[in-house]
Amino acid sequence: MSAWGFFGEVLVAGLAVGVMYALVAIGFVLIYKTSGVLNFAQGAMLLFAALTFVSLHEKGVSFALALVITLVIMVVLGIAIERFVLRPMAGQPPITLFMVTLGLSYIIEGGAELIWGTQVHGLDLGIEDTPIQIAGVLVSKFDLFCAGVAAVMVILLTVLFRYTRTGLSFRAAAEDQYAALNTGLRLPRIWAAVWATAGVVALVAGLLWGARTGVQFSLSLVVLKSLPVLVLGGFDSIAGAIVGGLIIGATENLAEVYLGSYVGGGIDSWVAYVVALGFLLVRPSGLFGQKLVERV
Amino acid sequence: MSSTVLERTTTTARLPRSHGYWGPAVVLAIFALIIPQIHSDYLFDAILTPFLAISLAALGLNLLTGYAGQVSLGSAAFMAVGAFAGYNFLLRVPGLPLLGGFALAGLTAATIGIVFGLPSLRLRGFYLAVSTLATQFFVQWALTNISWFSNDDTSGVISPPAMHIGSLSLESPVRRYLLCLGVVAVLTFLAMRLVSGQTGRSLIAIRDSELAARVLGVKVLRTKLFIFAVSSFYIGVAGALWSFAYLRTVEPDGFDLDRSFEILFVIIIGGLASIRGAFLGAAFIVVLPLLLSRLGATILGPGFDSGLVDLVQKIILGALIIVFLRVEPAGLSALLARLRFPARSEQ
Repeated sequence: MSAWGFFGEVLVAGLAVGVMYALVAIGFVLIYKTSGVLNFAQGAMLLFAALTFVSLHEKGVSFALALVITLVIMVVLGIAIERFVLRPMAGQPPITLFMVTLGLSYIIEGGAELIWGTQVHGLDLGIEDTPIQIAGVLVSKFDLFCAGVAAVMVILLTVLFRYTRTGLSFRAAAEDQYAALNTGLRLPRIWAAVWATAGVVALVAGLLWGARTGVQFSLSLVVLKSLPVLVLGGFDSIAGAIVGGLIIGATENLAEVYLGSYVGGGIDSWVAYVVALGFLLVRPSGLFGQKLVERV
Repeated sequence: MSSTVLERTTTTARLPRSHGYWGPAVVLAIFALIIPQIHSDYLFDAILTPFLAISLAALGLNLLTGYAGQVSLGSAAFMAVGAFAGYNFLLRVPGLPLLGGFALAGLTAATIGIVFGLPSLRLRGFYLAVSTLATQFFVQWALTNISWFSNDDTSGVISPPAMHIGSLSLESPVRRYLLCLGVVAVLTFLAMRLVSGQTGRSLIAIRDSELAARVLGVKVLRTKLFIFAVSSFYIGVAGALWSFAYLRTVEPDGFDLDRSFEILFVIIIGGLASIRGAFLGAAFIVVLPLLLSRLGATILGPGFDSGLVDLVQKIILGALIIVFLRVEPAGLSALLARLRFPARSEQ
């Protein structure tokens, strides 16, 4: 194979992983945009969703029904978190809220494993992981499916944000919370809706990641992979999450393949962070982030 | 829901009083003179020594996060730097005394701390917190993959050299404990001096409003880098103590992200911007798992599932974090202060 063909394949594989990172990052952006909370528990929610779905499915519940039940659970969980954990904390400095979600992630992770057990589950979504050739580059069908899901999700979210009343209130809350309150919007209700949406996003991302890596504890660690994506794209931009995800995914894979062998491998654990950090020094609020980051 | 939801919080906490030294001195005397009389290797090896190391690390993080408001999620990386630097200095420099090795370990961590603290000059809040994760992952990778750091030892478990000061061997549980106690006591005293002096005021000014601090004439950049260095020094020495006196092996695995979170939890539970908070929080974090596994054994009988206890412990820890942040944001330290001076707590 030509050097460029190989390069293309590494690049495409990296972009495919990048899409998966972006899927996780979108969940963060939704919540950060509207309430200023960086939700570290997003990874735990993802684990919880995937684990719940798989366990239900393994217990004989049909695919569709398991999906619906998990969906309902995630929505309820999202609303409950907002109502009982974050609403009483409203008005605290952002960094305190972040630490609250850190505690939350411990509870959800522990709870998920306490309820469903700690063993690894396989998850088959019925999509083959076979490569097909597009323009001379081999691309996995599963990766294409993921990219498709991500695209659909972004379109749905865009439609939601742009054309529905709920979406309009999301944007109002994101734009200026005082003004939103002044026009009579009920912020707690908006936040509950956002958390529910983030729960759904976690379910989608959880299923795709689960199908890829197996449903197990390490799923909740994808949160660590999506943080540099957020830094790169800006914490409050969905477009940024997608672009950031693609950049991080591609860079990580290229670095691992072309540089990894010189330094002993395993560099994908930090390359993303170094890329994001280098970028931050030039543009401290990310690619698409709003200038004002800190509200303290 | 009232509109106060969005009110920006202004810190109403008072500036720290200049510390009285009598209370800590009495506590130190008890720990140095009375407790060593107890004959229990378990007490020293499994409780007091890790407690002291965690306290010191938390103290370092509290200087950075509690006082200066710079959140770091990379404490464990600096502990690892300290442990490995101490190991390498003592291994490669003949005749280097133990405490000299610890000091060099701290200085190495401080140097790395300045390098990774540079982004703080430009980044704030979450962006800074995420960038400290870079430290965490990079350091752990470097220590695992570059074999020079572990003296080309392939087993991954390195024994630190035997510890002695002069001709006095420190290879007994009580002596290892006393070594930790001595180091921690000196560094704690210095930290108390630091935060009650002008530097401490500057740190708090930077935390509460960087702009205002600058207007007041605080040298923000210099102070930030200084506190990154001091904090990393403390955490580095804590890492050396952890490896040398508690684990008695030097390995990168123990210094993972969970350890960083643990140190952060210690200062949240103990109390941000409080010296004794670091100690109270560390005591809590060290004792909690022991209590829970005792409790598990009592309730579930001797054949209980330890994995289950781990999960329950995780949930309880998470819940405690949330409860503390909500009910007592100033932590155990404030709780203690209220118990001692009920009248003064009225704000």
